[in-house]
Amino acid sequence: MTESTISFVGIWSVIIGAGVFLYVLLDGFDLGVGILHGLAPSTADGDVMMKSIAPVWDGNETWLVLGGLALLSAFPLAFAIIIPAVYFPVLVMLLALAFRGVAFEFRFQDPGSRAFWDHAFHYGSIVATFAQGLVLGAFVQGFRVEGRQFAGGPFDFLTPFSVFVGLALLCGYGLLGTGWLILKTEGALQDWARRLGRYCLIGVIFGLIVVSLWSPVIDASIAKRWFSMPNVLFLWPIPLVTAALVLWEWRALRRRAEATPFIAAILLFLLSYLGLAISLWPMVVPFHFTLWEAASSPSTQAFLLVGTLFMLPVILMYSGWSYWVFRGKVRGDQSNYGGV
Amino acid sequence: MRSVMSLDPLILSRIQFTWVVAWHIILPAFTVGIASYIAVLEGLHLSTGRGVYLRVSNFWIRIFAVAFGMGVVTGVVMPFQFGTNWSRLSDAAANIIGPLLAYEGLLAFFLEAGFLGVLLFGRKLVPPRVHFIAALLVAFATLFSSFWILASNSWMQTPAGYTIVDGRFYPTDWIEVIFTPSFLYRLVHTVLAFYITSALVVMGVGAYTIRRNHFLEEGRVMMTTALSLLAVLVPLQLIAGDQHGLNTLQYQPAKIAAIEARWDTTGPVPLTLFALPDQAAETNHYALDVPYLGSLILTHSLDGTIKGLKEFAPEERPPVPIVFFAFRIMVGAGVLMLILVVAGWVLRGVGRLFSSDWYLRACQLAIPLGFIAVLSGWTTTEVGRQPWTVYGLLRTADSVTPSLSTGHVLVSLIFYTVAYVVIYPAGFLFMLRLVRNGPGETLAVPEGPVQAGRPARPIHNLPPLQHPGGLP
Repeated sequence: MTESTISFVGIWSVIIGAGVFLYVLLDGFDLGVGILHGLAPSTADGDVMMKSIAPVWDGNETWLVLGGLALLSAFPLAFAIIIPAVYFPVLVMLLALAFRGVAFEFRFQDPGSRAFWDHAFHYGSIVATFAQGLVLGAFVQGFRVEGRQFAGGPFDFLTPFSVFVGLALLCGYGLLGTGWLILKTEGALQDWARRLGRYCLIGVIFGLIVVSLWSPVIDASIAKRWFSMPNVLFLWPIPLVTAALVLWEWRALRRRAEATPFIAAILLFLLSYLGLAISLWPMVVPFHFTLWEAASSPSTQAFLLVGTLFMLPVILMYSGWSYWVFRGKVRGDQSNYGGV
Repeated sequence: MRSVMSLDPLILSRIQFTWVVAWHIILPAFTVGIASYIAVLEGLHLSTGRGVYLRVSNFWIRIFAVAFGMGVVTGVVMPFQFGTNWSRLSDAAANIIGPLLAYEGLLAFFLEAGFLGVLLFGRKLVPPRVHFIAALLVAFATLFSSFWILASNSWMQTPAGYTIVDGRFYPTDWIEVIFTPSFLYRLVHTVLAFYITSALVVMGVGAYTIRRNHFLEEGRVMMTTALSLLAVLVPLQLIAGDQHGLNTLQYQPAKIAAIEARWDTTGPVPLTLFALPDQAAETNHYALDVPYLGSLILTHSLDGTIKGLKEFAPEERPPVPIVFFAFRIMVGAGVLMLILVVAGWVLRGVGRLFSSDWYLRACQLAIPLGFIAVLSGWTTTEVGRQPWTVYGLLRTADSVTPSLSTGHVLVSLIFYTVAYVVIYPAGFLFMLRLVRNGPGETLAVPEGPVQAGRPARPIHNLPPLQHPGGLP
């Protein structure tokens, strides 16, 4: 509206980028634990797995709400186009998250219905993850837009590419989940997590290679971004570092490393995320609107920025503190968290 | 007026929004008050050292955990509704309502989630003082949440501090945006309602506990704390409600006209206790009127005039019967609460509060009263502001996502319906079971083969109360 000398679009892009990444990471590992839950060697192991994430899952999920609301506030046009375009994946994701979320409390309330809520937790995690992958795939392949509105059909999101991304994300969250479990458990359960981690990693490697080759085919601008001349010189380290990380992760899963598998998985996600950002920058509605075109009014961005810059460090601090309180190995007996 | 409602994306989206908000709102209506109650109990325990406060607190923490988990997952659904079904509202008004909602996330949701873990599972891990602070922060967070969500709702009801460019709203003054004319009235009225709702639940559960002749001490603490609070809040709510009504008369006269089913502009206005408002014929059937009372309540004078619905174009009137009856249900619930509180204090005066079985029974029956009042009050204000999403400026019909088809919304509505029909009764039964187990128990399920090797469920991590070492 008004001419503004200062633009907050850059900093909002960074904040939302970081927020979404934190969501993927945090809910990623607890959704990952849910994906693995149904495969747990025993009921007791399954309980330990759930106990490891019970105090933190709702904090993790809060980043999804914040991501959605920050997008609405800072880039409302993107929100108003993207969310209707992925109407069904969002619906399915929300309901799957609802079922898996209430399962944390519900499964202990009644032995009769416990199996039902355990399944709700396991399949809810799988469905929510797959739906997020569909959204991501649909986002990368772009939407049909007329004016300021989504103009496509309800199933435009459903393509072989988006389905593939959904499956790849299952492996990715699975990898994060095994990393978390290796960190938080010990003994036979930890060994089991290492073994499953290797399967997940194989899936992730396959997923990374296929998506890296497939997305330039989907849109010429992605191909141009990566393979045109000056860019190649700057961007070649990204696939190289990714490959090194894969190797590091593989070795960590074979050795007796405690924290490395989780750290390496986080870095793998970071690199993939960076690759995605490079592919799409500066589009927020690929390939129609840039971040600048979809931005809300400078007054809106400034108003929210004040609180965000103040609150984000505080939030990170007390969220970190909460993780610290529940640090250490989780055990199946009454002796609570190992930190005591 | 459309005489026959066809199932178009608009009406289905409205039904869907109503469905997901109505189910969601009953959780904060309960958890906002309970969070404060837990904080108070923790504080009392910390300062007096009396074990009964700790036992009552742990009892409510267990129930709170179930309600809060349901609140989180049904709350996550809400912001996405703006995108999936109301994208044109999002595009038009995000400059203003976006940050208000985002501030709710920043200031409230993270605070809640961050300290809830410590409140639920951390009693053994942190010093008692820190645990109390965690309880306090969770309570404050629920209030911050109410502040921002109602700021956003109030801006849509009585917009201020904006300008419109190319059909989109732009902020001009953030203080005006947040503190719109209806905001403080709505905030006080709603938060009071939430506290009253929780207090009625606590009182009813206390009465139930006493009637079962089990955990008498805990039951008495619940009943007396709740009754004391209600004695203050229920009369306050009458004043707050009256003031909120006057405010609505000033800024949303069509809503008041619908509440009172007034078709013609007249004065003095009678109060219609009962009628069957006929929107098409613009009249009331079977009306039971009390002369002058309407003017007295609405204008605080005997001959004040009220703008009738005929002053507004038919397409700018809310659906009158819904608003008319919802308001009467709310007020009726309020009157019952007042009677309950007065009776409670009389009995307390003669020392028969815990021994009058009929009164304890009445307290149990009154448990849903707060929820009924909250839902009918919400219906009054939200249906009463129709046909607008941003009052007087953006129509509900112009807010809906344009790419939606009837099939789209029908499918999602069915999904939401099925999901909530599974989740809510289950959660309700589980809370009922916790109530039945009473404040002394730490086990919600009888021991059995299923429990073999079962570690502490989250709730079990609360310290054992009366039975140290009595856990599996």
